[in-house]
Amino acid sequence: MIKLENVSKIYRTGTFGGKLLPAVVDVSFDVRDGEVVSLIGESGSGKSTIGKMILCLITITSGKILFDGVDISTLRKGDLKNYYYNVQGIFQDPFSSYNPIFKADRIFSIIRQEFFPKIKDSQWNKKVDSSLKAVGLNPDQVLNKFPHQLSGGQLQRFLIARALLLDIKFLVADEIISMLDASTRVDVLNLLAELKSKGLSILFITHDLSLGYYISDRATILYRGCIVEMGDTKKIYFDPVHPYTKMLMASVPRLDKKWEKVEVELKAKQAEITEGCVYYERCKSPHKNKKCAFQRPELVEVSPDHFVSCYL
Amino acid sequence: MSLQIKNLVVYYQTLSGYVKALDDVTLSIRDGEIMGLAGESGCGKTTLGNSLIRLEPPMKYIKGDVELDGEKLPIWNSSQMNVFRFKKISIIPQYAMNALNPTIKIGKLISELLSSRKFNYKKIKPELERRLDLVELTHDVLSMYPIELSGGMKQRMVLVLSTLLDPSLLIADEITSALDVSTQKAVAEMLVEFRNRKIVKSMIVITHDISILYQIADSILVMYAGKLAEKASTDVMINTPRHPYTKLLISSLPKVGVRYAEKKLSGIPGNTPLLLDPPIGCRFRDRCPVAFDRCFKEPPFIEIEKDHYIACWKECI
Ligand SMILES: Nc1ncnc2c1ncn2[C@@H]1O[C@H](COP(=O)(O)OP(=O)(O)O)[C@@H](O)[C@H]1O
Ligand SMILES: Nc1ncnc2c1ncn2[C@@H]1O[C@H](COP(=O)(O)OP(=O)(O)O)[C@@H](O)[C@H]1O
Ligand code: SF4
Ligand SMILES: [Mg+2]
Ligand SMILES: [Mg+2]
Repeated sequence: MIKLENVSKIYRTGTFGGKLLPAVVDVSFDVRDGEVVSLIGESGSGKSTIGKMILCLITITSGKILFDGVDISTLRKGDLKNYYYNVQGIFQDPFSSYNPIFKADRIFSIIRQEFFPKIKDSQWNKKVDSSLKAVGLNPDQVLNKFPHQLSGGQLQRFLIARALLLDIKFLVADEIISMLDASTRVDVLNLLAELKSKGLSILFITHDLSLGYYISDRATILYRGCIVEMGDTKKIYFDPVHPYTKMLMASVPRLDKKWEKVEVELKAKQAEITEGCVYYERCKSPHKNKKCAFQRPELVEVSPDHFVSCYL
Repeated sequence: MSLQIKNLVVYYQTLSGYVKALDDVTLSIRDGEIMGLAGESGCGKTTLGNSLIRLEPPMKYIKGDVELDGEKLPIWNSSQMNVFRFKKISIIPQYAMNALNPTIKIGKLISELLSSRKFNYKKIKPELERRLDLVELTHDVLSMYPIELSGGMKQRMVLVLSTLLDPSLLIADEITSALDVSTQKAVAEMLVEFRNRKIVKSMIVITHDISILYQIADSILVMYAGKLAEKASTDVMINTPRHPYTKLLISSLPKVGVRYAEKKLSGIPGNTPLLLDPPIGCRFRDRCPVAFDRCFKEPPFIEIEKDHYIACWKECI
């Protein structure tokens, strides 16, 4: 479905773009047909940047992203439109995707103008109805309302419904439930899981580890733009190998277990660009050595479908 | 008893009428207790915290009493509260650090705050530095501007700042919410450390994230739509809650080890009521799976077992 090959993104910052900020560094992973992959990492680790590159919202500095084998950076006009017919993204704050002075369902008419200019009213209404029902909304209750008349959960489902109008194959879901309350979060998670069972592939971006486990087949742990560990979700959560993943898993507040005493190295203020392991500064592993500081460890398969970037 | 609240009612005054954000709150917090305050957004957590220390318009005091260490707090009178604020009762407001003046260095900020309360910065500085060590901040933060600090550093800084005069009660409103898991854990554990060292006697830790409370709180209070729903010790609350709302809320939380394919969780159908015109009787009624006739009357918040309080007709017959 989607395949990233050695993808990097370097932002130019500073007054004249003089400073380079490597936000994503040499990242390779794929999301297969009908699969949910979680992309997990703390804020600033490059998750959204990866999502935006997949959605062609920003350019790729180096490397390639392939959709069904086609390099997405070569897509123009008609092909790009066709790409968006298959691939859509939804972002964190549902409220910011709506203009408060228009009715919430305006987001549907925009899709109609763009992708279905010739469709008949009756046919279109049917399509909207079935797509709303697919996300568990009652069309009579939610159509013709202003954004403030709907809840965060309803607005987020509206956005998913919009994506479904296009019959998409791949969804980038960037922190889409972080803003929601506990009682509606799980409904949106269940919805994603149902869509997956109907064949949709999803890149599920989150900084909240307790959410990643519930629906994802595989998980990718990102630290400062680099993948430090990835593979089978169960292995990542219950048998983490990388010191960073271990620390993350030990920090998750769980309802079945109290926190153990693990040393948490508080995040450095501004990390330097390094040739070595990106986690070197914060790493508390007793096996940490000089090599870690100068040469970045490669991702190595430590067991079937379990990759780790650490000398151990 | 460190804090006692009796029949507290605080509304918001709006053009369309009163928003009944805090209705008839009665509860007490013991010396040394860390009470977690949880519930969905808009249920009144921040309103309860703010009522105890800075009840300002559009908030409107309707009735009720608050006592701290046996002394009555004049919460309805902002200027009389000055005597208590920061010294006896302190709050880390939601989004605290973003509210600080960005053009003043942190050390100067603290010194101004202290002198406004007639305390001497120089005298307190050695203790201030010990506290910075305690939260693992280097002393040079005092010569930095607020924006130079990361999210976790900011929260640790406000923790030190708000507890500098050893208040009896600290209210921490969503201080771990915007942080990454590892920083979240560190900050949450520092709260416990401040209590253990008796820097503050008791705390109200407000968060929508119940799993954090499970880690650090002695007791948990759950609110729903401006009313208290249930309060009990942390273990009872998580493992054997009795209020229908608390039960549904806790069972809806995704847990590590639980997958959709193996065990499907469910949310709570329906929406929280608008507090401008809340339903009569139990405010959870139209979402409650076990509601019955009696729920059209308001359920009282009563102690059904030692230290276990609940407002539900079904559970108190
Ligand atoms: N448009 C931009 N210009 C410059 N730097 C950016 C831009 N967008 C993001 N960054 C930086 O790139 C890094 C990764 O950001 P992001 O992908 O948003 O992380 P995440 O989604 O994991 O929080 C951060 O250091 C961020 O400050
Ligand atoms: N300034 C205000 N004016 C009117 N209503 C308000 C105001 N602030 C909060 N409210 C309302 O009071 C209720 C409780 O809000 P709040 O205490 O902030 O909830 P929480 O902290 O639990 O999310 C909500 O219904 C909210 O809409
Ligand atoms: S009082 Fe009635 S409606 Fe309210 S929670 Fe109890 S049973 Fe449900
Ligand atoms: Mg992001
Ligand atoms: Mg609040």
